[in-house]
Amino acid sequence: MSDLLVLYQEMILDHGRKPRNFGRCDPASHHADGYNPLCGDRFTVTLQVDADVITDIQFEGSGCAISTASASLMTEALKGRAASDVPGLFEAVHGLCTGDAPNTDKLGKLVVFGGVANFPMRVKCATLPWHTLKAALKGEESVSTE
Amino acid sequence: MSFNIDEIRAQFPVLDQQIFGKPLSFLDSAASAQRPVAVLDAIDYYYRNDHANVHRGVHQLSQRATIAYEAGREAVRDFLGAPSTKEIVFTRGTTEAINLVAYAWGVPNLKAGDEILLSGMEHHSNIVPWQFVAAQTGAKIRVIPMDDRGVLDMEAYAELLNERTKLVGVVHVSNALGTINPVKQMTQMAHKVGAVVLIDGAQAVPHCAVDVLDMDCDFYMFSGHKVYAPTGIGALYGKKALLEAMPPWQGGGEMIRSVTFESTVVAPPPTRFEAGTPNIAGGVGLAAALGWIQALGMDAVAAHEQQLLDYGTQLLGNFDRIRLIGTAPEKAGVLSFVIDGIHPHDVGTVLDMEGVAVRTGHHCAQPVMERFGIPATTRASLGVYNNRADLDRLAMGLTRVMELLG
Repeated sequence: MSDLLVLYQEMILDHGRKPRNFGRCDPASHHADGYNPLCGDRFTVTLQVDADVITDIQFEGSGCAISTASASLMTEALKGRAASDVPGLFEAVHGLCTGDAPNTDKLGKLVVFGGVANFPMRVKCATLPWHTLKAALKGEESVSTE
Repeated sequence: MSFNIDEIRAQFPVLDQQIFGKPLSFLDSAASAQRPVAVLDAIDYYYRNDHANVHRGVHQLSQRATIAYEAGREAVRDFLGAPSTKEIVFTRGTTEAINLVAYAWGVPNLKAGDEILLSGMEHHSNIVPWQFVAAQTGAKIRVIPMDDRGVLDMEAYAELLNERTKLVGVVHVSNALGTINPVKQMTQMAHKVGAVVLIDGAQAVPHCAVDVLDMDCDFYMFSGHKVYAPTGIGALYGKKALLEAMPPWQGGGEMIRSVTFESTVVAPPPTRFEAGTPNIAGGVGLAAALGWIQALGMDAVAAHEQQLLDYGTQLLGNFDRIRLIGTAPEKAGVLSFVIDGIHPHDVGTVLDMEGVAVRTGHHCAQPVMERFGIPATTRASLGVYNNRADLDRLAMGLTRVMELLG
C-alpha cells in the first residue's frame, strides 16, 4: 500500500467526513480551544469528568481530514475511560504519529494514525485534538501548535 | 533574448528533479521563487573573488564589493523607474521595508484622530506594523472592502478617504487572490486628500513592469526572493523629500556621518536606514536577478504568465467541486481555490505525492479568508519557468485528490 493510502485509510476518511461526538458537552467540567496557525485548524474540546471517569466528551470546529478524524476517534476512544489514562494515551498517540518508539498496545483503533509518521508536516494535524484535550484537563483554555 | 520556455526552464537547476518519482511541478513561486544559474553564478563569483565589507575599506576587494553591491541599488532603481539611487533603501525584504516606513514615517507623523487606510486584501505584513503604530500614536485603521470577485470597492474607497486619512496602504497584486489593484488611480485619489501612499509590490515585481514615477506612489517595496534573487534582500523606494525628513530607525555603523559619545550626526538616505553590514551578496544576487528578468522582457514575462493563468483557470473550471477564490478581471500569477468537502491541507499532501508543489493555508492573509468565509485555500502560483505541463499535472493531481478523498 502506498504511503498515501496508509495515511488516508478508510476509517480516517470516514471519521473525517462524518465526525462522531461532534458538538459540545453540557454540562462540561473541562474545555479548551486548540488552534493550528499553520493551516488554520480550530477545535474546541469539551468533556465531563465525574470521579475520574470521562462520562462525555465532544468536539467541534473545523480542520483537515486528519485532524477531524483524530478528534473524532479520540472522543470515541475516551468516552467512559479514566481521565488519568489520558497522559499515557497522549504519549502513545504522539509516539505513533512521530514514529518515535510507538507503543501501540493500548491504542485500539487509534493505530490507524500510524501512517502520519511518513508525513512530518501532518503530525500537528493528528495531534492537535490531543493537545487540546491535554490543555482542557490541565485547566488551560487554549493551546496553539506553533 | 526571445522567450523560449524550455531554455528558461533549463536555467533553473532545481526544477530538474523528481519528487516521489514524479517530475517536480513547482507551483509555489508566490511564496518564494527559484533562482536561475545567472543568479547562482553571480553570488558564487562574488564570494570567490570580490568579498569584503562595503563602503569603508580602501583596498581593492572592498572597492569591488562596494561597486557590486551598489550595482544592485542601481538595478533596483532602473527596475522601478525611480529617479535616483538615493531613493532606494536596501532591506531584508518587503516586511522590513513596511516596518521601516511604519516606524520612521508613521510614528513621527501620525497622531490620535488620524486614519490609516488599508485594503481588505493586505498581507499580514501590511497590517500588523500599522496596528503597532496605531497603538502607539492613537491613529485608527480603516479598511477598504472588496467584492466577491476580490475587486476593491472603489466607491467605498472614495468615501473612506477624507482629510484625516494620512496613509493609504495597498497591495499592488494580492498574494492570496491574484487581484491587480488600480494603484495609480488609488494613489491619485489619496493624494487629493493629502495622504501618503504605500504600495506593497512583493507579488507585482515578479510579474509585471513597475514604474513608480508614473504610479506616483510615495513608498514602494518588494522582496528579492520572489523575483528570482536570494532571500534576505529586498528594497524600499521612497520619495526623496519623505526619506530625507525621516529619522533613522536603527542605529549602528554605516548609517552615521560622525559619532561622539555626546551626539551623532546621521547620514543622508539611503544609508541612514542601513545600519550595520548589509547583505552584500544579496544585493549582488538581486542585481543579477533583475538584469536576468529584464533581459527576458517584463512584457514577455507577463504575457507568458497570463496565458498560463488563463489555461489554469480553464482547467480548474472543468471541476464542478472547485471554486476559485479571486476572480478579478485583472489578475496575476495566482490560482487560489477551495474544493467542496476537502480541506486544502489534505489537497496539498496528495498533490505533493504527485510532484506538484502548492501552498495551502491562509497565505498570511487571514482577513481575506474571513471575507470569503473559508479557513484556507489551496494556492497554485506561477513563475516565469512554469509551463502548461505543470498545470496539466496540477489538474491530474486534483483528479487524484478527489478519487482518493472523495
